[in-house]
Amino acid sequence: MENKKKLTVEDLITPIKDGIIKNNPTFRLVLGTCPTLAVTTSAINGLSMGLAVTFVLICSNIIISMLRNFIPRKVRIPCYILIISTFSTVVDMVMKKFIPSLHDSLGLFIPLIVVNCILLARAEGFASLNKVLPSAMDGLGIGLGFTLALTIMGAIREFIGAGAIFGFSLRALSQAELPMTIFILPAGGFMVFGLLIVIFNVTVDKVSEYSERKKSQQGAKLNTKNETEEEEIAL
Amino acid sequence: MSVTAILVLVVNAILVNNFILSRFLGICPFLGVSKKIDTALGMGFAVIFVMGVASVITYALNLLLIKANILYLQTIVFILVIASLIQLVEIVVKRFSPGLYSALGVYLPLITTNCAVLGVAIMNVSIPVSSAASGLLIAFINGISSGIGFTIAILILAGIREKLETADIPKSFQGFPITLLIASIMAMAFAAFSGFNIG
Repeated sequence: MENKKKLTVEDLITPIKDGIIKNNPTFRLVLGTCPTLAVTTSAINGLSMGLAVTFVLICSNIIISMLRNFIPRKVRIPCYILIISTFSTVVDMVMKKFIPSLHDSLGLFIPLIVVNCILLARAEGFASLNKVLPSAMDGLGIGLGFTLALTIMGAIREFIGAGAIFGFSLRALSQAELPMTIFILPAGGFMVFGLLIVIFNVTVDKVSEYSERKKSQQGAKLNTKNETEEEEIAL
Repeated sequence: MSVTAILVLVVNAILVNNFILSRFLGICPFLGVSKKIDTALGMGFAVIFVMGVASVITYALNLLLIKANILYLQTIVFILVIASLIQLVEIVVKRFSPGLYSALGVYLPLITTNCAVLGVAIMNVSIPVSSAASGLLIAFINGISSGIGFTIAILILAGIREKLETADIPKSFQGFPITLLIASIMAMAFAAFSGFNIG
């Protein structure tokens, strides 16, 4: 960790890609479920909650990564919580001042960013072990993955439950029996979340299986090539 | 505080606005520690206990914060108090009741990141009250009964999940997805309580 290895571009891009797909906090790690279910009654709420968490996550990851050699092991969790709660208070105050309507609709869940397990998990699992820049990128990646998941969920629930997306009514487009209010209620939240996890995991698994099979096929080809070469040499 | 008012508060916290199924607070332990009825019960009791104590202490501290005019520190103070309170409770329980400690042991530290505890603390201070004393009482009752609501929900889920162990579930549905779908059906059942017109 402390050797003076130079950071490559890949070191910075991998955390972002992983955060969105392989380690997607919502669908893969199933962390931070409370805000995921509670605020996704509309796409815009999901998006803004995601961005708020992304901001707190990047800032806290940077600070924790900077202080990783100074925080004693035994009191690390209270230290992390203190750092995280500072930034969530910042978000709370800024939102209250500049976008009060959003502040009202997210309500209780802005101060509750503090106890979002994603933040503590990334602090403990990544930022406290890595350098500042990769930690910031990890925060960005995980945050974007979270934002994406929340926005998708919000859009689905808003579309089925209220017949709109991002507040624009789509009633004219759809002749179906919309809206089905249950999708805005808690029951619909649980249901959409469960089904989305299934869809996401199946898709990601299938894609990675396919790319692995392709890779191993290529590898097999290379191997046979080498073998024939060796045979030729032997001959 | 009349008896009816207290009763309304209790029924409201346990059934109508159940912490998990209608407020979405404390979902992580709800999904994580609901594999067996025993562990779910342990978690439930730990939550009731911590919520009751934390409600009273954070409410009292909030009065101090208002007096000192530093209300913007609310979130930081609350979470630190809750975190240290849980450590303290752990030490005390370990010292005086080893039986209870071995039952709750593992679950106590987990409660720190249970948003239900911080959630009930923040909710308590926004309830309009006539005096500080009655506010303290309301906070305590609200904390305890919210914890009971949490326990009921997690117990029902654990019961269903135990039965599911032998069921033949498609691979992609195993684990979290099927649990979330069960929770969805439970939430539908609990949504019926929102028709109660009490108070």
